[in-house]
Order: sequence, then C-alpha cells, then structure tokens
Amino acid sequence: MSKQRIDDATGVETVGHEWDGIEELNNPLPRWWLWSFYACIAFAIAYCVVYPAWPMIDKATAGTFGWTSRGQLDQEMKAEATRKAGLMAELDEASIGQIAADPRLRRAAIDGGRAAFKVNCIQCHGNGAAGSAGYPNLNDDDWLWGGDVATIHQTLLHGIRQPGDDATRMSQMPAFGRDGILDAAQVQDVVSHVRVISGQEKPSGASQRGAEIFAANCVACHGGSGEGGRAFGAPRLNDAIWLYGGDRKTLTQTVTNARYGVMPAWGARLDPVTVKMLATYVHSLGGGEEAPAPAAPEAAAAPAAAK
Amino acid sequence: MHFTESRDIDEAQNCEIAIYDQSTRLISCDLTPVNVPSRSWVQRGMHITHGREGSMELALSRAGLWLVALLIAVAACAAAVDTGFAIHMGIVALACIIGLVVTLRGVDLSKAILAPDQGRYDDDVIRWGVIATVFWGMAGFLAGLYIALELALPALNLGLEWTAFGRLRPLHTSAVIFAFGGNALIATSFYVVQRTCRARLAFPGLARFVFWGYQLFIVLAATGYLLGITQGKEYAEPEWYVDLWLTVVWVAYLAVFVGTIVKRTEPHIYVANWFYLSFIVTVAMLHIVNNLNWPVSFVGSRSYPIFAGVQGALVQWWYGHNAVGFFLTAGFLAMMYYFVPKQAERPVYSYRLSIIHFWALIFLYIWAGPHHLHYTALPDWAQTLGMVFSVMLWMPSWGGMINGLMTLNGAWDKVRTDPIIRMMVMALAFYGMSTFEGPMMSIKSVNSLSHYTDWTIGHVHSGALGWNGMITFAAVYYLVPRLWNRERLYSLRMVNWHFWLATVGIVFYAASMWVAGITQGLMWREYGADGYLVNSFAETVAALKPMFFLRAFGGLLYLAGAVIMTINVWRTILGHMREEAPMRDAAYDPEKDRPILTAPAAA
Repeated sequence: MSKQRIDDATGVETVGHEWDGIEELNNPLPRWWLWSFYACIAFAIAYCVVYPAWPMIDKATAGTFGWTSRGQLDQEMKAEATRKAGLMAELDEASIGQIAADPRLRRAAIDGGRAAFKVNCIQCHGNGAAGSAGYPNLNDDDWLWGGDVATIHQTLLHGIRQPGDDATRMSQMPAFGRDGILDAAQVQDVVSHVRVISGQEKPSGASQRGAEIFAANCVACHGGSGEGGRAFGAPRLNDAIWLYGGDRKTLTQTVTNARYGVMPAWGARLDPVTVKMLATYVHSLGGGEEAPAPAAPEAAAAPAAAK
Repeated sequence: MHFTESRDIDEAQNCEIAIYDQSTRLISCDLTPVNVPSRSWVQRGMHITHGREGSMELALSRAGLWLVALLIAVAACAAAVDTGFAIHMGIVALACIIGLVVTLRGVDLSKAILAPDQGRYDDDVIRWGVIATVFWGMAGFLAGLYIALELALPALNLGLEWTAFGRLRPLHTSAVIFAFGGNALIATSFYVVQRTCRARLAFPGLARFVFWGYQLFIVLAATGYLLGITQGKEYAEPEWYVDLWLTVVWVAYLAVFVGTIVKRTEPHIYVANWFYLSFIVTVAMLHIVNNLNWPVSFVGSRSYPIFAGVQGALVQWWYGHNAVGFFLTAGFLAMMYYFVPKQAERPVYSYRLSIIHFWALIFLYIWAGPHHLHYTALPDWAQTLGMVFSVMLWMPSWGGMINGLMTLNGAWDKVRTDPIIRMMVMALAFYGMSTFEGPMMSIKSVNSLSHYTDWTIGHVHSGALGWNGMITFAAVYYLVPRLWNRERLYSLRMVNWHFWLATVGIVFYAASMWVAGITQGLMWREYGADGYLVNSFAETVAALKPMFFLRAFGGLLYLAGAVIMTINVWRTILGHMREEAPMRDAAYDPEKDRPILTAPAAA
C-alpha cells in the first residue's frame, strides 16, 4: 500500500490507497457535474410540485393544476368531438343514400371511412383493400352480395355468417366431396367444367361430364353459366376473379369441403356513423354500383351486399 | 510453498475434520488465514499429504448427491405434465450424469479445491468464464443478426414455431445479456475481487458450482424459449423452476464474492467491488421479487405470478429497468473501474466522484422503472416519480463516464496507440450517450413519441453494443494473455479491426433505429386536417423496411468483429503470436500478480 503522493502527469495528489497497482487521485467533483446534478434535482422537485407525485393515504398529491393524464385525454377527445359535432350530427341524421347524394357529406364520410378502414378492416382486406385468399378485393366491381352503397351498408351492419345476428348474410355451400354427394372423380369433372367456363382449360371429356354435374348441383346458386348469384353470395365462376383460387388444387378443395367465409357484424362493434362512413368509403373504391331502381323495395330487402 | 515445515497438529486435524465433514465446511478452513495468518498456511501443506482419504470420501458423498439429483430429475421427467418440462428434466438428468462421471473420475476435487495454494490466485473459473463469454457472445450476436433479418425478411421465420421471431427474440436478449454479459461479469468479478483484495478466491468448490450452475441456467433458459416455455416477462422469461435454480446459483455467487472480500489483505474495499457487490445483491432482490410465481403443477412448466394487472406490470418494469441498472450498468462499471486504470496504467481520476456517483446511482436507479409505463394504467403519481428519478439519474450515471475518461488524463496518447484503450474509450462514450438518452426518453413528452417504437431498440443497442459489448471485449483482450500466461495477444492489430467493425456496426445499428423509431412515432401520431389518423399500422411497418436492412447490416459488421475476436482469443490461448508491427499494450508482471500472504487485514 502506497502513501499519498503527487501524480507526475497531472500534478494532483493521490488519496494514498492502492489496489493491485491502481491508485486514485484526489480530484474534487467537477463543478459542472455537481451543478448539473443539483439542477436535475431542482427540476425534479419542481416537477413534483406541479404534477401529481407523492402517494398519500387515500390518494396522491394532485399537483398545482390538478393535471391528470386521463383528464388531458378526455379534454382532447372532447375538443375534437366538439369540433366535429356538427358534421357528425349531419352524418348521423342522413340516410346512407342521402350521404351518397350529397357531395360534401360524401367527401367527409369517405375521409372518415378511410381512417376507420385502416384500423378495422385492413387486417383481412389488406392495406389497399385488395384482399387476399378468402377475403375479397373491394376495389373491383365483382361483388358477392351486391355493390350499391345501401347493400354494402347492410353487409357491414350485420356481417357475413355472423352467428347470433338474424339479419346477417347467410348461405352455405354443400361440402360435395366430404359429405359424399359427389365422388372424387365427379369432383374432378366438375372442377374441369369450372375451369373451362372460366377460360382456363379447353373443353374435354371430363369437363363435359362435369357440365352435367354442374347443371344438377350448382346452377341453383351459381347460375346456369356460372354467372354467380348475389342472393346467396355465390361467386361468379365464369371470370378470372377468384376468392380462394382458381387452380385445380384449390378448386378441388373448395368443391370437396366447401367454404364458409365470415365477416363480423360491424353494427355491433362500431357506432352507426362510422359504419355509414365505411360503407361510403368502400363504395367509393372503384367498383361501387348505382342503387337499384327504388321501384323494387323487395329486392333491396333481400340479402345482397358487399363482396 | 515455503511455509510447509512448521506443523501444528491440532490445526491440521481441525481442518481435516472440516474437509471430511462436508464441502461447505471447507469454507471455514479457507477463511482461517485471515484469523490465524501465520500458522494457517501449514494446513495447505497438510492437505496435500493427509487429505487423500478425505477426498475419496468426499468424492463418494458427492457422487451420492449427484445420484439422488439424477433420480429426482428422472422421476420428474417421467411424471411431467407437459413435454417442455419433460425435456428440461431430461437436460437436468444429463447434467447430473455429467456431474456424476466427473466426480467419480475425481476431476472436480482437484488440488485447487482441496489444497488451494493461497499464494496464487484461483483463475480456473475465470478462464472458463472468458471462454464462455466469447462462446455465448457469438451465439447471442448470431441470434440477433438472424432475428434482425427475420424482421426485414419474414420468410426467415421458416413457418416453424421454434424459429419464429417471438421465440428467437428472448433467445437473443438472454444470450447477450445473461449468457455473454453474465459470464463476463462472473469471470471479471472473480478476477477483480482477487486482485483488488490481494487474496485467493474464497470457497473454490462453490465458485466452480457458480460457473457450471450458471451455464445450466443458460441452457435451460435458452432451450425453454425455443420450446415455448416462457413467463412472458421481458428479461425474466424463464419459468419458475429455472428461476429457483438461478436463485441457488446466485446465492452461491454472493457467498464466494463476499467470502473473498472478507478474507482480503487490503485495508479498504476497492470501488469496483462496491459496484460488483451492488450488482449481485440487487439482482438477487429483483430476481426473487419479480419471479414470485406459483406453479400450476410441480411437475409442469407453467406458473402464474402473484402480482396481477398494473401491479404486475410495475413489478416487471421495476425489475426490467434495474436489470439494466444493476446488471448492465453497475456490474459493467465495476469492470470499467478495474480494467481502464490497469490498461491505461493511470490512477482513477477522482476518489470522491466515485463515492458520490456510486451512492447516487444506487439510490436513484431503483425508482426509475415506472418510466417504462408512461401513459398506461399506472397511476400518474408513479409515472411522475419514475420520470423525475430518471432525470436525476443523468449526472450520477455520467460520474462513471467522467471517472473512466478522465483516468486517461496524462495518457491520452494511448487512445492513438493502444487499441484496447480505444475500445474502452468508445465504450465510455457510448455509455455517456445512452445514459443521456435514457433520462431524455423518460421525459413524458419525449416518451409519448419514442415509446413502443424502434427508438427504444436503438437506445438499448447503443448501450448494449457500445457500452457493454465494447467494455467486455476490452476486458477479454486484457485478460486472455494474463490468464493463459502468454506474452501478448495473438494480434493487437486484429483488436483494432474488431474495434472499427464494431464501431461502424453500432453506428449503422443505432442511427437506423433512431430514424426508424422517430419515423414510426411520427407516423403513428399523424392526424389529417379532418381529425382522422393518416397511417395504418401496416403502412408504418412498410416504411421501416429499409431501416431494418440497415440495422441487420450493422449487426453483421458487429458480428464480424466478434468473429475476429474469437479467432484472436483462440490463437492466443493456443500460444500463437501473429508477426506484426507492435502496438502498445499495458505492461504485466506475473510476479506481482499474486495474493499477499503475510499482511493481515488492518481494517
């Protein structure tokens, strides 16, 4: 152990301890360090006076201005609600058709719908609403249940095959293979036919046999030439747009086991204005259809709507 | 040994009884030199001649213990209610078999345990620890690079549960913090405490248990993550039985460390040892409180914490933040306080600063955890305290940086000539940056932007790669030639390469994550004039993709540096020396690197 000595390089005295050759200089605390430390402590004390800080017996000190994080959020939300109150009330009162007809309301609904879509819909339908396997593309005019704004609104409100909602879009394709309605060879035949009417294959013996099976089993929903049926949400089969896929393997699976795509009933999850905004937004994406002639109210009441 | 001739039969017999009795009693024997300095050395000589029968019995009783442990592990494996637990008990059984074989072959009751030479330091465990540090470091960096690539290229998840990001991420964090960092801390603490106490390690058997027990903990933790066994608490993922095992190992670690301090021949306890001790004690407390869980089954891997809801969250972040504070800050400051003055061959800048910043750091750090829960269900008052204590922590943290950097006063030229010093200086610079960034990010208005973003990841890595990594590499480079008795490292120029690769790697990593984090934070909070959110979450992820690639590139550079270190360490251990133009290194005198035998502790 060494004694105190003056360090040559710095001219500072050591404190006189030594461990394995390590000595320590007797430098004072750097002033800037010390004063910065004091300043941080002073800031901390002041902050604790102004903001809620010290837990007491039944609640904490409230701080000078009684600030709370919940209070601040509440205030900000209220301010925003007040700012938009007029517009929201208008959207609330207007029917979905009136919104579609009023350019100002329609614009506002599309903006709101876009934001709501990003929070609630893109998980399945994709960021650009282009869909993915099993989730329809909303940008085109190939609608499963109907593409006018009222029909889209109805689909959104009650969902597709949403259990517990009586007005939900409901249909069920039979599992032709699994339930033994068709045998494996017949399934392949009908798949061949579907691939012929969608222009993917040339007609063959199999597709001719398949056409007969199709006529006996499928036309009720999908139509005689595979043009689809919106009353049942039955997809059009004679085009190049596929919900699950038009290759032989996927079609075989679809015919064998059927499909049962679901969408939640958003009417039970979102407020009415948001659902209207969403419907307007989806309608605006490119494939929106004109409302059907008002002369046929039964048709509008029948199940129809989003893809 | 030069003391052997004067025998004292009574002393020797006492000591032998102690050895026959049980291994823990050896401790009392080891401690005798402090109390009876002049005669105790005799006993060491006695052991060599009289201890053989004793060691035989001890070996047999130890083998019996291994057998009992093996049977319990096999029984637990057979009774397991889930596959993960069964696999883990299989691993424990395997460890028991290895222990049994090693015991029966007499390897673990070496002279170092039965008849330690008090005139030399006990460096076996430190040598293993240095190798383990390098090994786990490589494993951890590689896992980190892989998960960084998974984020940029999700196909690398391979569609398998075992390689999914969610399972590999804790593998990476635990491998670098607990396996790489933990082994570095255990090895350097055993090295430093012996040198600065000028005393041989206490409880040599226990010290070996600490090392191997800790490796078993790492293996159980890591395999558990891959199998999906997790508590779901960040940095505290291992389940209840692994936690219990770590507790046992950690208490043994504390005993070895404190035992060595108790038998010191220096009057004062060096500042590095204060930091090591605070690290060991606090980590024990944090670990136990945050893992107060009740298992669903005693032969199953699932458990539930006793704290629920926001209390559970607060306990978790009290733990999580202080794991950073006491594991990655206090423990590594201890390394800094020994290796920087040794490598610079300069006195520590300020004794007074070391005292003040130590106590300020210890006192303030423990309150800072709530800043991880800003704007959550945590009451506002707790958030306020978490923030102001973090702000007050700024200067105490910087005290360590000042003391480290200013230690170079009078030797700044060594930054130019000594690549190890250069690493230490860079470590301290990153330490300073992250301990400024931390308090800044704890301020609520900053946190509202930075929280949940990649800024946090950038902050953690500037600390982990820059501070913890660099100071550990420097310590490894300091230790390896001394521990293996080599004239110098295989190559100091490769240290230089490592330095630059690591530094550039960190710059890529931290800068890309700062940009990514701020981008993300601003996109999340962007509202249009109509009052609606502008971006979807998926859009913010897509915006970060280039940053993810840059981050992975930084990680690749850092890993490349570590590969160079591995080669360098390996070749040094083999005794090779690369022919190259010399660079400066600190002098080493093996003759002075010994405990003091005669002078009893004056304090």
